[in-house]
Amino acid sequence: MKILVCISNVPDTTTKIKFAEGNASIDTAGIQWVINPWDELSLTRALELKDDSASGIKSVTVVHVGPATSEPTIRKALAIGADNAIRVNAESSDAWFVAAQIAEVVKAEQFDIIMCGIESSDFNGSLVGGMISEFLGIPSVSAVSGINIENGQPVLTREIDGGKEIVEIPAPFVAIVQKGIAKEPRIAAMRGIMMARSKPVKLVEPFPVESLTEVAEFEKPSSRAACRYIDAENPAQLIDLLLNEAKVI
Amino acid sequence: MSVLVYTENWDGKFKKLSFELVSYATGVAKMLNSTVTAVSVGKVEETELRKLGNYGANKIINVNNEQLVSLDSQAYAYVISEISRKENASVIIISNNNTGKAVAPRLSVRLKAGIGSGVSKLPLNLNPFTVYKRAYSGNAFAHVIIKSDVKIITLAQNSFGLIDTANNATIENINVSVDGSLLKTVVKDVQKQTGKIVLTDADIVVSGGRGMKSPDNWTPLVELASLLDAATACSRPVSDEGWRPHEEHTGQTGKIIAPNLYIAVGISGATQHLAGVSSSKYIVAINTDKDAPIFGSAQYGIVGDAMKVLPRLVDAVKAIKK
Ligand SMILES: Cc1cc2nc3c(=O)[nH]c(=O)nc-3n(C[C@H](O)[C@H](O)[C@H](O)COP(=O)(O)OP(=O)(O)OC[C@H]3O[C@@H](n4cnc5c(N)ncnc54)[C@H](O)[C@@H]3O)c2cc1C
Repeated sequence: MKILVCISNVPDTTTKIKFAEGNASIDTAGIQWVINPWDELSLTRALELKDDSASGIKSVTVVHVGPATSEPTIRKALAIGADNAIRVNAESSDAWFVAAQIAEVVKAEQFDIIMCGIESSDFNGSLVGGMISEFLGIPSVSAVSGINIENGQPVLTREIDGGKEIVEIPAPFVAIVQKGIAKEPRIAAMRGIMMARSKPVKLVEPFPVESLTEVAEFEKPSSRAACRYIDAENPAQLIDLLLNEAKVI
Repeated sequence: MSVLVYTENWDGKFKKLSFELVSYATGVAKMLNSTVTAVSVGKVEETELRKLGNYGANKIINVNNEQLVSLDSQAYAYVISEISRKENASVIIISNNNTGKAVAPRLSVRLKAGIGSGVSKLPLNLNPFTVYKRAYSGNAFAHVIIKSDVKIITLAQNSFGLIDTANNATIENINVSVDGSLLKTVVKDVQKQTGKIVLTDADIVVSGGRGMKSPDNWTPLVELASLLDAATACSRPVSDEGWRPHEEHTGQTGKIIAPNLYIAVGISGATQHLAGVSSSKYIVAINTDKDAPIFGSAQYGIVGDAMKVLPRLVDAVKAIKK
């Protein structure tokens, strides 16, 4: 079986977001780009499965839709351990566009398990994985916090409100993964970084589709009123404020 | 033309979340001079369905189909897309919870409908149709134009609230048969936590961080939560260490919540933590370090040792309860 891991290239999670002139995009000056945290965990789990010979996973490929400037992020995924990579050479204009591109890649190369993070930390869309599966007409399971292969049968844990379910699903399918899928993201070792240089990155030209949404403008979250301090010796005052001023208890 | 809203149920009952969705749909329908059709899937009694009318639903479509007892996103997307075609829906509203995240993107492809996800306000504009959504994990908000004819909005939980709009809704019971090829998800086992308030539903959350020092120190925090009918939560290192269960982890890589009140105890307020809680209406910070970043996001703060402050808060809440 072959796994495809979808990788999004996002600003480091501690980045102070600033907007470019016109507020329709962010100011990318000085930003450190990283693999989207969930995608990093999903790649880690895919590699763990491949390491386990009983799983039947033979290869792990990463796919990214983005311009040449995101190559370092792809190389990082290869250094962590992916066997090869595919880059669709286009700006990712919206989830619809990205999902349509990845669906074409899957049609051309045939993967058994497609893994996506539950959201990307930039647009917080939670859309790409579900869209890919519907473009392909294959099943998908979302909020996946565990994936195992038992005697060739994929067994997934999915989070539901106030609990979890154990789910079986036939390949090919899309797993939309979240916290729990792997404990810690795998880190690239020196050897991996050396090997990544010679691993193949296949370049694919985009499939023509129109995006369905566009960002007109970004704005900053409204700032909160300054903190009002209450004496640690008198927390009853806090309860009084919550009750009578904020009216939240 | 109508505004369609998918109202999920839990063992035949709706939650505040379902009513919030209908309230929101009613607001959108007013802007469009349109009506609200709510879709419910699964076994729900008529008295329960009627409650959707209290928040403005004009029509309730009740799909009771044995095939749909557990969530199969492919089948659910099919059913909702069939109904929205029949109802000529121009806007479809779904929660941004786990179910919504599973179903909405599939529905989008079925209907070639653009999505605004994690929306927290009524549309800013109808022409072009513009929604307001969270971006950069709460460090920004985006005005997103949806260009397609049919639009899908997934609403951030607890972002809109409930608005009473009494309507005598009509109920239509229908059966949509689903082809077996769309039903591939087999649920083998369900593990539910019982008796606990679900974190994403809670109006009040009491959350502990590494400043709680040890898993043995949680008793006063849990007691405070239970006195306030609050859910308990924690920061990531706390769940990573196994001090608290994983489902309590809030933040960028955990649960994203928007309670009315979030009490952060011994939590420094890292960006990644705030990403999950910054939409809370009020934040209270309790921390020994007066320079902890969490105070920058809090409306009320106590600089002090959690182990001393928590028992006093417990006493103060007990006092007002008397
Ligand atoms: C990609 C990525 C994703 C992440 N996602 C998340 C996430 O989803 N959620 C999350 O929480 N973190 C996340 N983190 C981690 C985050 O950066 C912080 O490390 C974490 O939030 C810190 O947790 P904390 O506040 O409990 O601990 P600390 O930062 O160690 O803070 C402990 C606080 O307790 C205070 N304190 C100490 N003793 C006491 C006392 N006796 N009484 C009161 N206060 C006391 C200290 O002053 C301090 O402010 C992520 C990090 C990365 C890199």
